[in-house]
Amino acid sequence: MTARVLLTGASSLLGAGVARALHGRGDEVVVLQRRPAAVAAELGLREVLGDVTDAAAVADAAAGVDAVVHVAGRVGVVGSREQFHDTNVVGTRTVLDAARVAGAGRFVFVSSPSVAHAGAALSGCDAEPADPRRAHGHYSRSKAAAELDVLAADAPGFATIAVRPHLIWGPGDTQLVGRIVDRARSGRLALVGGGRALIDTTYVDNAVDAVVAALDRADRGHGQAFVVSNGEPRPVAELVERICRAQGEAPPRRSVPRSVAWAGGAVAEAVWRVARRSDDPPMTRFLATQLATAHWFDQRRVRDVLGWEPRVSLDEGFARLAAAGSGAEIFSSEERTPGFSAGNP
Amino acid sequence: MSLPPPGLAGLEARWSREVSATDTAGHLRTWHVLDSHVGLADDAPEPVGTLLCVHGNPSWSYLWRRLVAAPPEGWRVVAVDHLDMGFSDRTGTVRPLAQRIDDLDTLTDALGLTGPGSSGWVVPVAHDWGGPIALGWSLRHVDRLAGVVLSNTAVHQPEEATAPTVIRAARLPGVLPTMTSRTRMFIRSALFLSRPIPPREVRDGYYAPYADTSRRHAIQDFVADIPLEDGAISAEPLDAIADGLGALADVPVLLAWGPRDPVFSDLYLRDLLGRMPHADVHRYERSSHFVPEDAPTYAADVARWVRTRSLRADAATPRREAPTSAATERPLWAGISERAADPAAADRAAVTDLGPDGVTATVTWAELDRRTAEIAAGLASIGVTPGTRVALLVPPGADLTAALYGLWRASAVAVVVDAGLGVRGMRTALRSAGPAYVLGVAKGLAAAKVMATGAEPIAVGPLSATARKALGVRWSLAELERRGAEAPAPAAPTGDAPAVVAFTSGATGPAKGVLYLHRQLQAQREALAALYAITPDDRLVAAFGPFALFGAALGIPSAVPDMDLTSPRTLTARALGDAAAAVDATLVFASPAALTNLVATASDVSAPGAAALARVRLLLSTGAPVPAELLHDARRLLPAAEAHAPYGMTEVLPVADIDLAGLDDAGLGNGVCVGRPVPGVELAIAPLDVEGVAGAPAEPEPEVTGEVCVRADHVKERYDRLWVTDDAATPGPGWHRTGDVGHVDADGRLWFEGRLLHVVVTAQGPVTPVGIERRVEGLPGVARAAAVGVGPAGTAQVVVVVETLGDGSGRGLAPATLRDAVRRVVAEGEPKAEVAAVLTIDRLPVDIRHNSKIDRVAVGRWAQRVLDGRRPGRP
Repeated sequence: MTARVLLTGASSLLGAGVARALHGRGDEVVVLQRRPAAVAAELGLREVLGDVTDAAAVADAAAGVDAVVHVAGRVGVVGSREQFHDTNVVGTRTVLDAARVAGAGRFVFVSSPSVAHAGAALSGCDAEPADPRRAHGHYSRSKAAAELDVLAADAPGFATIAVRPHLIWGPGDTQLVGRIVDRARSGRLALVGGGRALIDTTYVDNAVDAVVAALDRADRGHGQAFVVSNGEPRPVAELVERICRAQGEAPPRRSVPRSVAWAGGAVAEAVWRVARRSDDPPMTRFLATQLATAHWFDQRRVRDVLGWEPRVSLDEGFARLAAAGSGAEIFSSEERTPGFSAGNP
Repeated sequence: MSLPPPGLAGLEARWSREVSATDTAGHLRTWHVLDSHVGLADDAPEPVGTLLCVHGNPSWSYLWRRLVAAPPEGWRVVAVDHLDMGFSDRTGTVRPLAQRIDDLDTLTDALGLTGPGSSGWVVPVAHDWGGPIALGWSLRHVDRLAGVVLSNTAVHQPEEATAPTVIRAARLPGVLPTMTSRTRMFIRSALFLSRPIPPREVRDGYYAPYADTSRRHAIQDFVADIPLEDGAISAEPLDAIADGLGALADVPVLLAWGPRDPVFSDLYLRDLLGRMPHADVHRYERSSHFVPEDAPTYAADVARWVRTRSLRADAATPRREAPTSAATERPLWAGISERAADPAAADRAAVTDLGPDGVTATVTWAELDRRTAEIAAGLASIGVTPGTRVALLVPPGADLTAALYGLWRASAVAVVVDAGLGVRGMRTALRSAGPAYVLGVAKGLAAAKVMATGAEPIAVGPLSATARKALGVRWSLAELERRGAEAPAPAAPTGDAPAVVAFTSGATGPAKGVLYLHRQLQAQREALAALYAITPDDRLVAAFGPFALFGAALGIPSAVPDMDLTSPRTLTARALGDAAAAVDATLVFASPAALTNLVATASDVSAPGAAALARVRLLLSTGAPVPAELLHDARRLLPAAEAHAPYGMTEVLPVADIDLAGLDDAGLGNGVCVGRPVPGVELAIAPLDVEGVAGAPAEPEPEVTGEVCVRADHVKERYDRLWVTDDAATPGPGWHRTGDVGHVDADGRLWFEGRLLHVVVTAQGPVTPVGIERRVEGLPGVARAAAVGVGPAGTAQVVVVVETLGDGSGRGLAPATLRDAVRRVVAEGEPKAEVAAVLTIDRLPVDIRHNSKIDRVAVGRWAQRVLDGRRPGRP
């Protein structure tokens, strides 16, 4: 049985993938984001332009849908607490309200593992509850608050579920692959703490599958949050090296101690704030910690409850990345606004 | 009385109950007890029996809360607070031991456990000074006892032990009230004896009933009641209990002991064991005085014991049965006596000692036979009775051989502690076995004294008068032999008498004592002789510790090369050749680490040595898996020798055997091929489930990985003073769970895949390390590899840690080429595993004894730190 689904944030890598997957199986997809999304034109989807905090636009887009997949969010480190709060907390409440008014029965929220990460190494942990007080940075705190709202809204007839994909990457990815390649090209790429930390990543197609699985299994997994990854954690250095190789760039040879990176991040954040720059600083305290601390996750519960498994292995993913061609083409076709993208920084 | 305040950690209010009983003076007293059955419906089934928990001083029923929370299935647990203690009545009287036993009697009558019309079984469970009270009570109700469980208690002050310092200090004039009742100091210092020290909320639990001086009087009275002097009021009652314990001969007893207790040390355990030799013992190596508090598994272990060993045990299968085939009745020293009685052999060398310049001493069969007989009689003459434990700290050679077989002829139990355990391991081992005597060379005796084993020293070899005095030596081995020449021979042991306590290598946790009976060692001797067709015409060179002693048992001449047997890497080709020449050897027993150095020093062998080695017919390598290439290399020195590698462990050897051709034929597989089970050995595999837990042993199915289980006449009797460990390792009568994992292939060959403890439990299921390591070790530039897990069991990631040849690449992530090569070879073979990361290290930690068993637990912790991004340090 086909469904009518509202998808927010369709111009992001994950959003576009979800749009294609749902459309491809015959669901009727309505997309909502601020600027026209390439995927909407490509698939001929109904598109509503507007901000997720714009109740009228959201209500318009949500009219008559059976389910909502809420991907849109503000990511990165640039912006004030209020800006993150507006888009991620107020925006999510707006979409939740519209979904309930429209009579949707299922609500999938794309969240981030950082909502429960206070900075310590995470080795094989399951999804802990989101914690806005202990999470680091405006992004994680606002996503944590939003996730709590979403899961609290879970009720009979309105199944809500949160999916936290960890470090999405793939051809066309501006966040992880794009930044690494950018820096490699300009000779500014260095590892933190030797790149020893073991981290999970998620090939974009697997994240798409997981979101679709959450939508389909919302009856089983409702009220819960799930971390999603490839289940193949690797040291940061290896991931960076393989991304570089897949993109024809030389892997980094330099490494800076974690403390230096952290201090550098603090300086960069201050400079960027003073200069009111809207791009991301090259290093942030959050990033320094993320790059130097293990974070990989127990995937047993998510696989059991959602009946989902990653289809694309790391090896296959890197092969596809290489086959997709050099980074230059990828980035020219993708808009790089700091405001809307999927997943996590 | 009052009730415990709500909210004490681990205590549930519903367990508390008031019981009123009239004491022997006619006063009605109200007791506080914890009762697991309070509030149970009236039609609940009768309990199988009751665990009556009796605390000591300073403590209260809180000590037993974990047992009350989880009683043995079907059992009831009642934990009492003595009068004037815990939340029972404050009587304003002083209640010495005899009174407290009467008090407990009135309470159990009131509880309906004893007295007119009562029935049902009781297991008293007691700690500290609760021990004498519970035992005094037990002696009045022997017919009701289903068992007795005691922890860190005493009924007698052993002569060797000075009274516990803390107790003496507490009893100094003027100190007692300050320490015990005016302040909380006594409770506090007792709690801080705990290992680990309990968290604050638990300490608060112990303080709860003792808030002020008026509530602490009995703490003072208890300390004052300890009869340290003759004529003390409780001296006579305590002696009566001590002397009466023979009445418990038919009652199962468990001594659950915390050896780190500075108050009730192992000497008190030995005293209790002397009075109740039938007791099961479990020493919690890491625990101190408050065993029920310190040992995390205490409640579960007591439950296990009650259900398998008490007189009300579950329909129990007998854990032991008579040997399946009759062991020979040839005593262990028969080889010596028979050769001594043979005129053609009597004056030939039995044991040859070698130094750097060749032969230093020999002892003939006739001399050895005479010496062992005299040592036996000499030991008996100074009071060494059957079952007495005697530690041997003597290097291999004629003296050690004479001493060991002399001990056996005296029915004493040899405690064999080798320096390969390291100083700490030796100390742990000696203290756990608790020998009454230690027989050693000067260095060994000095070490034993430092280790404070409390054993009486007997000197072997020369000792200066000063050293003799300093070490407190009363006897030397030579003096025992002189005495023995005049003394009657002691009775020979039966096959069921304990013969030896040996120790595991401690590669996976503290070394465990392993106890063998005479018949089991006899069976081992026969198994080895049959397996390798050993006849009186053979001559042995042993470069591997345990086998140095086997020559005499087999009745064949033996020699130990000039080497440090505890450090196998010290074996040189010259030393082995010289030893082989000295005895014209036909057999060479060595370990892989020794063979490695043998091959490395091959060019140094002397001409007569080389000629002698060329006549050796059998080369055995044991102690750890041996690579085929190493045996090939070693055979260049011993070209006529058939090379064999027996597989086994301290608990049972041999289990299986493989020769060099078999090793070559087996090639690479999932693990190391250790060959087929030897005759007389029954093999079972306990398959691993997805969580890496070994199930029930079953007939081996091809390629199914599980824990290797063995039954044979030469399996150990039990782990020594580790009742719980032994019970868990004994899945059925005569069976032993080896802790090794492996599988049997379609040809019936056994493959060793690693230790159960080292299995990496991934989300896809368990992954064993050895198959992975062998493939990686085949890569160029790799010296050794360890496959370990990071992350929690069930979702762990496999990490390969590589020790590289030469300079190596330091500690950290492996270079991409090595990493990719490791992944490639792992992907090609069994077991299937996804490798999350490859790390390099300058040196992998190995055990001292074999110099080859990698401490994968330490490596795993190190890898976890590296990959967490923490400061890694060294493994």
